[in-house]
Amino acid sequence: MLKDITLGQYFPGDTPVHRLDPRTKLLLTVAYIAAIFMVGSWGGYALVFAALVCVCAVAHIRPKALLKGLKPLVFIIVFTAILNLFFTRGDDVLFQWKALRVTYTGLERAVSMVLRILLLVSGTFLLTYTTSPLAITDGLEKLLSPLKKLHVPVYELSLMMCIALRFIPTLIEETDRIMSAQKARGADLETGTLPERAKALLPLLIPLFISAFRRADELALAMECRCYNGGEGRTRMKQLHMSWRDGVAFLLGAALIAGILLLRRLGI
Amino acid sequence: MSLIELRGLTHIYSQGTPFEKTAIDGISLTIDAGQTVALIGHTGSGKSTLISHLNALLKPSGGTVLLDGQDIFASKASIRAARFRVGVVFQYPEYQLFEETVFADIAYGPKNLKLDEPEIDRRVREAAAFVGLDAGVFDRSPLELSGGQKRRAAIAGVLAMEPDVLVLDEPTAGLDPAGREDLLARLFRWHEIRGATILLVTHDMSIANRCERLVVMAEGKIVLDGAPEEVFAHDGQLLSIGLDLPAPAHIAKLLRERGLDLPAGIYTLDRLAEAILALRGKGAGPC
Repeated sequence: MLKDITLGQYFPGDTPVHRLDPRTKLLLTVAYIAAIFMVGSWGGYALVFAALVCVCAVAHIRPKALLKGLKPLVFIIVFTAILNLFFTRGDDVLFQWKALRVTYTGLERAVSMVLRILLLVSGTFLLTYTTSPLAITDGLEKLLSPLKKLHVPVYELSLMMCIALRFIPTLIEETDRIMSAQKARGADLETGTLPERAKALLPLLIPLFISAFRRADELALAMECRCYNGGEGRTRMKQLHMSWRDGVAFLLGAALIAGILLLRRLGI
Repeated sequence: MSLIELRGLTHIYSQGTPFEKTAIDGISLTIDAGQTVALIGHTGSGKSTLISHLNALLKPSGGTVLLDGQDIFASKASIRAARFRVGVVFQYPEYQLFEETVFADIAYGPKNLKLDEPEIDRRVREAAAFVGLDAGVFDRSPLELSGGQKRRAAIAGVLAMEPDVLVLDEPTAGLDPAGREDLLARLFRWHEIRGATILLVTHDMSIANRCERLVVMAEGKIVLDGAPEEVFAHDGQLLSIGLDLPAPAHIAKLLRERGLDLPAGIYTLDRLAEAILALRGKGAGPC
């Protein structure tokens, strides 16, 4: 069922992770991504994994929810693994069959690439699982606000992102509804050759586009009716505040990066 | 012989996540061929979830759905067969229109049935006539039609598949009173002529009381099931689950409370008028 897609979904909660300032979480996520690329040893991966598990435990996110989010990526992960496994050059051959050659370097690289993708994606999922889309856009807008001096339309960008995020569940629901309706009329979306299946999507896509445009129109009208006129001079109901928690989070993040660099130096 | 039989049907949305929600809870129900049944319930009582099981759109978390005694989830072929035998018209079906012309849109279902051209043509014309759609609009884009016409075109798209069971989820929502009456009359005519089973999902009692049988749902369970007069006799229970009585039944109830000796089982305007006239004939009461 489409409704069960968890990509970008927010799980409401009241844990220390949920209560962090969205800016902190955004910055830490960026730092986390950078940290994963700094990892230079197996010990480093273990450390990042341990950190991920800790955050999961504190945020009360079930590992099952994370794994479910990773499901759509199986293809990319397998693809990356195969590419790295068979196309890495090296002299330390482990196994050879005709043109296929697996080297020790290739194996090592394949495993570390897969680990990297898994950790990267599940780490970013943690951000969306524990932060409401509205809070993310709010934080992003604040973080990007220095760019306003360079005439980057930060308000508009964050508004667009906010609307896009807001409408993902609505559009999924809508797709679900239209899919049900067309299936009830005997639409067959699952079988057939590729061109047939692409053609079978038309009855789904056309009503979806029509309704998306209709919704956009209605939203624009509703915003105009309430005199929305862009960013300048707008005040907010919820102000963002950093607290001691955010300080602790930054310290832990710094410790993680220091740990990774140390393990890399030590070669563990 | 029961046409549709539900046995202990349960559906849980998002099972295993914090959003887990039991929409329907152990429902058992049999519907005979040729019956007209109204499924009534408050918003969120599980009506729409229930009907999505009848043509195998949703897989039950527990229990079975039998069509003519056969489990519809037995195989891919049986699922597909159920889709064609049980025609479901969802809420606001006009949003499913997509073809370039009204004709092509109504023909979408029959085409999926792999029928030949003359048969498709016959079915489209018949279905359009049934819902009161003029042949003059066949070549227009369905998006140019008025709201009421769109609704009719969408319903015709399901009728054209000539299903044995027609399931309609709030078919008259958002229509004006005249359009509502006309559409309902046409649907019941379809039932009379084709002998098809009709399951009408609604929370409007004035629509429900035209069916032979009412099934009332609350919080995922069936709470009342029977002929209209039996169900409307439980007026207290209906009101307590947030449902209304049909206006004539309500008036009869109020008159009875004022001391008029009206018989039980009044739920249509005609009956109410008859009962009041009968009282007047007896010379009892102030009317």
